[in-house]
Amino acid sequence: MTGAKVIAPIVLGVLMLALWEGIVRAAGIEPYILPGPILVAKTLVADWGTLEPSLLVTVRITLEALAAAVAIGGLLAILFSLSRWIELSLFPYAIILQVTPIVAIAPLIIVWANNVELSLLICAWLVAFFPILSNTILGLRSVDPNLLDLFRLYGAGRWRTLVDLRLPAALPYFLGGLRISGGLALIGAVVAEFVAGTGGNASGLAWRILESGYQLKIPRMFAALVLISATGIVIYLLLTWLSHLLLRRWHESALPES
Amino acid sequence: MRLVGVRGVSKVFANGVEALANVSLEVQAGEFLSVLGPSGCGKSTLLRLIAGLAEPTTGTIDWSDDSGRADLGFVFQEPTLMPWATALANVALPLKLRGMAKSEREARAAEALDNVGLKGFERVWPRELSGGMKMRVSLARALVVQPRLLLMDEPFAALDEITRHRLNDDLLELWQASGVTIVFVTHSVFESVFLSQRIVVMSARPGRVSAELAVTTPYPRSTAFRTSAEYAAWCRQASSRLGEAMAA
Repeated sequence: MTGAKVIAPIVLGVLMLALWEGIVRAAGIEPYILPGPILVAKTLVADWGTLEPSLLVTVRITLEALAAAVAIGGLLAILFSLSRWIELSLFPYAIILQVTPIVAIAPLIIVWANNVELSLLICAWLVAFFPILSNTILGLRSVDPNLLDLFRLYGAGRWRTLVDLRLPAALPYFLGGLRISGGLALIGAVVAEFVAGTGGNASGLAWRILESGYQLKIPRMFAALVLISATGIVIYLLLTWLSHLLLRRWHESALPES
Repeated sequence: MRLVGVRGVSKVFANGVEALANVSLEVQAGEFLSVLGPSGCGKSTLLRLIAGLAEPTTGTIDWSDDSGRADLGFVFQEPTLMPWATALANVALPLKLRGMAKSEREARAAEALDNVGLKGFERVWPRELSGGMKMRVSLARALVVQPRLLLMDEPFAALDEITRHRLNDDLLELWQASGVTIVFVTHSVFESVFLSQRIVVMSARPGRVSAELAVTTPYPRSTAFRTSAEYAAWCRQASSRLGEAMAA
């Protein structure tokens, strides 16, 4: 079964790529309309010198945004769980930030931040922090009430209860939020760069796509796209692995199927 | 000697539900007292009030001395273990919350596990334990602080009969060995008769004490007691008191 789980999608993927290459060749489609996968792969290698720095920029912004989302989302969630008043006052604004489309506020942020990389970081963070915040809040609240009583019975204060009970109980929820936020941070970083629409020495993969479009270098556009998808997949796999590592000994979600 | 007294206690919840009405009872030091009643008679509420986890609306909980409330063990209806901690860490929790050093609390927790028959299960995770074993861990956690009063809220209700009987036997042994006072809440006539010296029968909605019954059969009570005519007679008595309580 495990073998099939890996082999089945790979076989399907290879078939689809072959079909794509076949159609492109048979129909004689020009590369500036639709390049075949082989050409895309060749471009990826040939343009690696331009693509690699951009990949690093995008990865860096994504990871910084994710780290900020974990720090600020996690801290806010803890703060909310400690004080009902802070939560009542702040949570509506967190929701407003979440529901406002990032494309709509990105231009403002770019004007205010006055620094492309910083504004990209802020945009990516804005998109990424909410799942961590809301999931962690949910987790901090999903504590067995009997365990809470037990902590009270033995005189545990808020801090002890937070560290020894609420945080471990919230961990699976937090990790679920983290997996969503990982993908969102990448999306935020890419979308914000599209809106910024400016190049320079520190431009990411989104800018490479825009630039390739202007120059009709469609194979390079595809190559950049492949890199973005690959980044997203790697982030997802890493976070899934982290989640498994932390939960495998006790949480239902990480148990082997029986 | 009286350990704790419940005096004229009523409890009305914020939503207007009256859980207890003018309940009074005395718990003697060292005794095994069962509180028997139908579900919804406020038995659990009574335990929470004694534990100090809730405040009575009227009436008082009187401890014979001040250290009483600090010396409590509580066993819930569910095992209530932390799934992210080993059996040993779960049992050591009350000691940790009281600030005991790691090596000492782990030694004490290991001993408590041994006492409930779980020697060698220190590093096992709760999900790897059966329902009965989880309940044993829960019992060890309550006993690790060497409480003077052990409050038990229908702890074995969710277990199968074989496991329940075995846990009843072991609980009696632990009670006799430790000298702890036990208040045991149950809705099972058979369980209350087998375990306790005294049964307080409660009626429902709002809960009040409707009868008291002393089960004078001496300990140790063996498996043979469970099938004896004497046991059956006690059960009949307790049953009819419970019937009267529910009809009232």
